[in-house]
Amino acid sequence: MSQLFFGYFAGMIAITSILVVALRNPVYSALSLLVMFFHVAGLFVTLHAEFLAAVQIIVYAGAILVLYLFVVMILNVKQDDRYHSQWRVAAFVCVPLLIESIVLLSGAGATDPGSRSLQSEPNDPIDTDNTLAIGKILFSTYLFPFEVASLVLLVAMIGAIVLAKRDIGESDA
Amino acid sequence: MTEFGLRLAISLTQIAAVMGVVVVTVLILTLAERKVLGWMQDRMGPMEVGPYGILQPLADAIKLFFKEDIIPAGANKFLFTVAPILCLIPAFIGFAVIPWGPNQTFEVNGITVRPFVISDINIGILYILAFASLGAYGIILGGWASNSKYSLLGGLRSAAQIISYELNVGLSIVGVLILAGSLSLVKITDAQAGGFWNWYLFALPAPQIFAFVVYVISSVAETNRVPFDLPEAESELVAGFFTEYSGLRFAFFFLAEYANMVLVSCVAAALFLGGWNAPYPGTIMALIGVPSLAWVENTMWFAVKTYSFLFLFFWLRATLPRLRYDQLMRFGWKVMLPIALGNIVVTSLAVFFYQQMK
Repeated sequence: MSQLFFGYFAGMIAITSILVVALRNPVYSALSLLVMFFHVAGLFVTLHAEFLAAVQIIVYAGAILVLYLFVVMILNVKQDDRYHSQWRVAAFVCVPLLIESIVLLSGAGATDPGSRSLQSEPNDPIDTDNTLAIGKILFSTYLFPFEVASLVLLVAMIGAIVLAKRDIGESDA
Repeated sequence: MTEFGLRLAISLTQIAAVMGVVVVTVLILTLAERKVLGWMQDRMGPMEVGPYGILQPLADAIKLFFKEDIIPAGANKFLFTVAPILCLIPAFIGFAVIPWGPNQTFEVNGITVRPFVISDINIGILYILAFASLGAYGIILGGWASNSKYSLLGGLRSAAQIISYELNVGLSIVGVLILAGSLSLVKITDAQAGGFWNWYLFALPAPQIFAFVVYVISSVAETNRVPFDLPEAESELVAGFFTEYSGLRFAFFFLAEYANMVLVSCVAAALFLGGWNAPYPGTIMALIGVPSLAWVENTMWFAVKTYSFLFLFFWLRATLPRLRYDQLMRFGWKVMLPIALGNIVVTSLAVFFYQQMK
């Protein structure tokens, strides 16, 4: 059953993420990104990480993607303007990825299945309340990376304000 | 497989019951709003259909059902069709985690049934927030797909408004979550049992009065109601994002708006006003000697709280003029957000020192 769900979610994620770059209409691209976020959240739920699933939807689908859509609609991007011939860049990125996946797939059968099941076992039995577990880990073990990440975000925010701000007095500029 | 079938049947029954209650509530609301507005403005409200106008919602529903469904020329047909559904589903899906009555269970063939909540998931309130934020897509896409300037402007305004105020809704809830120590609405409601002084609006060590005010104002803004109804400001935008919609699709938007109102009222009742708990300890039914009927009293209290909150929506509509767009944004970011953040700090400190003292 869980294999079935994983297959569905993974397949949909792959298809919709291809559609995000393949569709000609930017609004449709944004929508397929929305569908993809949903399936990523579904993947989190199958892993019993409900908190991450909810946050995934709230932050990415609820806030960031709405802003994307906002910008796409305000700019009213012409459909042809966005796409130049980008085959060379695409090939440059895709060929290493393809080789890598072939290598990984060919190696997958060779590895010992015992070691893989051992890896997928979570370190702590946190099935009961993963929100609590995430909070505790975030503010004890990973406190420093957490604070660094928030500092980076703060810097980005201040940078955006500095760029967007107009000095008082030359507001008509 | 029969166990799975039985489980499915029970769940479907619960979903159908909740949907029925919500749709009936929405029908009542459409009439109640016009009546209450009428009385507040010294009018009678609708009087023609049925005795005292009480069949007006049915007449409206039939009218919308049989109206011609127009898709404007140049509209994006696919998105124009999908948008109302995208608006409606998130509005209804949140009711799955709302506890309507006491947290009791009974068994059917070895399956535990919780009659008053469809699903008690451990991230209940986040689930509601997640789907509430998706309602914005229906509005934005509906505005964009209509291929009309007024609709587009309405949709864009709504996008900005919903993002701004959803942040405040989320932050105002955090204080309650700190006090309750859980995200599940069932557990949050259970923790407020035993009299109105245990409701999180008044509860020690940190009464959430400021958070409640922020929540009420932000939820009014999030449901696009007066005085925050800029996305559909009729004096400047005709009807905003649903200008081009007619018939059943318009009814979907209408239904979604009212269902959202009911949803935020239910959440307010569950988080701040004790949910189904009576304002006194225990229940009258248990005092009389029929504790098996206590759930009637509890669900009634939930309904009373929800409906008084809904009345507040009408009251605001009859009282306040619409805000200007820059006022709306300034109010959301410079007034509501600092209050909500300050409330989180104060609540955390209070809970921390309260636990130290114990």
